Amino acid sequence: MNGTSNMGRISGVVPLAAEDKTVLHTLHAWLVTVDHKKLGLMYIIYGLGFLVVGGLEATLIRFQLIAPNLKFIGPQAFNQLFTMHGTTMVFLVGMPLIFGFANYLVPLMIGARDLAFPRLNAFGFWLSALGGLLLYFSYIGGEGLSGAGSAPDVGWFAYAPLTAKAFSKGHSTDYWTLGILVGGFGSIATAANIITTICCMRCRGMGLARMPLLVWLYLIVCGMVLIAVSPLTAAQIMLLLDRFAGSHFFDTQAGGSAVLWMHFFWIFGHPEVYILVIPAFAFASEIIPVFSRKAIFGYPVMVGATCAIAFVSLGVWAHHMFTVGMTSTGNTFFVVSTMMVGVPTGIKIFNWLGTMWGGKLRFATPMLFSIAFLFQFLIAGLTGIMLACAPWDWQLNDSYFLIAHFHYVLVGAIVFMIFAAIYYWFPKATGRLLSERLGKWHFWLFLIGFHMTFDTMHFAGILGMPRRIYTYEADRGWGTLNLICTIGVVFQIAGVLIMSVNVLRSLRKGKLAGSDPWDAWTLEWSTSSPPPEYNFVEIPAVKSRRPLWDLKHPTDPDWKYE
Amino acid sequence: MIKFRFMIPPWMFWMAVLLVAPQALCGGERVDPTLVPSILAPESAPAHSISHVAGFVLETTGGIFVVVAGLLVYVVVRFRRRANDDGVEPPQVYGSGPVEAAWTTVPFLIVVVLTLTTARVIQQVQDAREPASAVDLQVIGHQWWWEVRYPKLGIVTANELHVPVSQGGERRPSFLDLRSADVVHSFWVPRLMGKIDLVPNKINSMWIEPERPGLFLGQCGTYCGTQHAKMLLRVYADLPQDFDRWVQQQKEPAENAPSVAAGRLVFERTACINCHVIGGAGDRRFGPDLTHLMSRNTLASGALSNSPALLRAWIKSPEQFKPGVLMPTMNLSDSDLDQLVAYLTSLK
Repeated sequence: MNGTSNMGRISGVVPLAAEDKTVLHTLHAWLVTVDHKKLGLMYIIYGLGFLVVGGLEATLIRFQLIAPNLKFIGPQAFNQLFTMHGTTMVFLVGMPLIFGFANYLVPLMIGARDLAFPRLNAFGFWLSALGGLLLYFSYIGGEGLSGAGSAPDVGWFAYAPLTAKAFSKGHSTDYWTLGILVGGFGSIATAANIITTICCMRCRGMGLARMPLLVWLYLIVCGMVLIAVSPLTAAQIMLLLDRFAGSHFFDTQAGGSAVLWMHFFWIFGHPEVYILVIPAFAFASEIIPVFSRKAIFGYPVMVGATCAIAFVSLGVWAHHMFTVGMTSTGNTFFVVSTMMVGVPTGIKIFNWLGTMWGGKLRFATPMLFSIAFLFQFLIAGLTGIMLACAPWDWQLNDSYFLIAHFHYVLVGAIVFMIFAAIYYWFPKATGRLLSERLGKWHFWLFLIGFHMTFDTMHFAGILGMPRRIYTYEADRGWGTLNLICTIGVVFQIAGVLIMSVNVLRSLRKGKLAGSDPWDAWTLEWSTSSPPPEYNFVEIPAVKSRRPLWDLKHPTDPDWKYE
Repeated sequence: MIKFRFMIPPWMFWMAVLLVAPQALCGGERVDPTLVPSILAPESAPAHSISHVAGFVLETTGGIFVVVAGLLVYVVVRFRRRANDDGVEPPQVYGSGPVEAAWTTVPFLIVVVLTLTTARVIQQVQDAREPASAVDLQVIGHQWWWEVRYPKLGIVTANELHVPVSQGGERRPSFLDLRSADVVHSFWVPRLMGKIDLVPNKINSMWIEPERPGLFLGQCGTYCGTQHAKMLLRVYADLPQDFDRWVQQQKEPAENAPSVAAGRLVFERTACINCHVIGGAGDRRFGPDLTHLMSRNTLASGALSNSPALLRAWIKSPEQFKPGVLMPTMNLSDSDLDQLVAYLTSLK
């Protein structure tokens, strides 16, 4: 018999000792925990909390823009809102959420009891948390001695020399820099931890080629974090030196270079987009097969395509800079490299379609979000090709078309897949299923709102509306589009409210999930829901990529074909 | 299966109607369609090249969208689990070499074609030679206005560019040197050309060649601080004879009528003169050159239209129209203000 045979029976494990369960004890247990599952959930709760904050900032922005020449929010407050919205969504929502899911899922999927370095893991989380608090502390502490401004208002990519002392007085920019710097160290620690875990702690039989695709994709993402976050950290330190030690890296008035900052920022910033979207691919690569009832189509090609995306994405950063005045040769190079990303990305979309082809699709909420993800990611990819065409980018860059494009990636792909992942793994983490009825309400409301908001932004951009303007003239003809755009926000908020209700109700009243509610195939479904602290009573052993498929189909196991 | 009753609940429909109705009832916005800065309505040589290549890319990506989205819809409908499903798992397929090869090769070929087409347009726009008949301009970005210089013609103005049109085979393109005095800005008039940034310590260039006379609107394209939104741009494309007349008029010395001498004294004795120039005295560049202020249609980089009443209100309290603006409130007395406005409105 192989080692997979006893996995299905592990459930209802008795706790090691009946502990004192006062509120204080529970709180203390969460604060000092080094358990990957608790830290994973803390990352996710932290990320979702800031998703609400960032979403409210976006809502204020949208209501200021609902009609031309409004004075609902002043220019300075508006500029702070979009700076905080962007910084929050990337650094305090995107990064914690992807690391949260990695924390929770990677050890369970590779049959490990925890990450390689549990204390480092807790350290990484608390650093990220401190980073977020530092950034938001600017709202009260950012005035400094000169009393100028509070929250940073330099935009999320903080182009020099707007961040120089001459243009950014007070300490708001310093809080922005420090927040990202500290959070960045947390990201690097966690990425190194996950890489080590994947390399060293896989269960017996799980060769690299038998890891679930999610684990493969996270291995690649964490490698990218190490490469991409480092230049950002370097740039932030240089900026601090400029502001406090009189250096002149980016201080143009003393001969520094504004373009240097752009290079540093985007050599982080572009891979960062893939750092955020590859986990969305990872969720899709687990959810789509289970709800299509088929193995993933072209597993080795999916791994290869992701490696190709990661590699090429490190050489495309200057497509954010087509308007900066590079030579025609420089522009052409970055057109070529950027368009090349389209090939492996296309391969991934085709492989997901190939997985669904010939399957029996079950439209549970996680699958609905995944199908919407496929549709929206297709459009995001195609508008990406348009933006990669440098001459067209001269028009579209920094217009609302660009805003629409990257929100199609960040919301249409990533947020949709995060919702899918929440519906899919919530029963594992809590032992209870989310309501399908409320889930469908959430899905349709959010889908309608998303398209009202972000489809119209494409057209506003084509009509010449630039990003980051706190108001606009009535004669430009952008009013109606912005009105529709803002109405869409209301639908999205309604969707998220329904999800919150769903989560809170299901925590107490949801249907009991059992260990394997979706009839899935990877190791996390072999242990109880929620899993015990040590994950598995006995460390499993696997013979294929889908150990639970082998268990459920002993006459026709995967390992005969792989 | 998807239940369509979840699609659009009625209350949502009525909410949308309620929100849109007032807009529709007031006739929406009164917009002059010729002023909308649409990138799909190019009126100048490089903008045409851009919209041609954009059209090609749009057709290609549109084709890809129809095929792939069509496939997705087909898969979702065709392979949905039926009500009478037998509960047996479908046949497991793990992949296919030839199929993978096909959907790698085809996108690769499409990318090669798109890349080559794009490279040609980049070269055509960026490496264009400047003909002898071209007009040279310098545009210098400031927080939050545009300084405009015609070095060969000896003209300095602000926020409103005048350029000649190319007509009847006679080419008169305008070549722009783009610089910044402080932070990064971006020159963007969509119907004439894509945007190019104005970067401190760097000189960029672009060219435009409008074919018909008219007003083309644009604005700063890169976030440049508090009043980025009100760093508006107007480009007037003039018939050659109109352009030459404008040049002559701009070269005239500043009006110096004795009737407004009191206002001129206010200008010179208060801090106005520290930032603004009238009549070429000095090379101070903190604020727009006011020598021919009344030849411009707007004030404050397009934030206000140019009329004596608005000019007076603007000087009295710039902060009210453009919060965060670098022009201070001068606290002039009413009589000083009247005299100053009388002087400034004499500067035709």
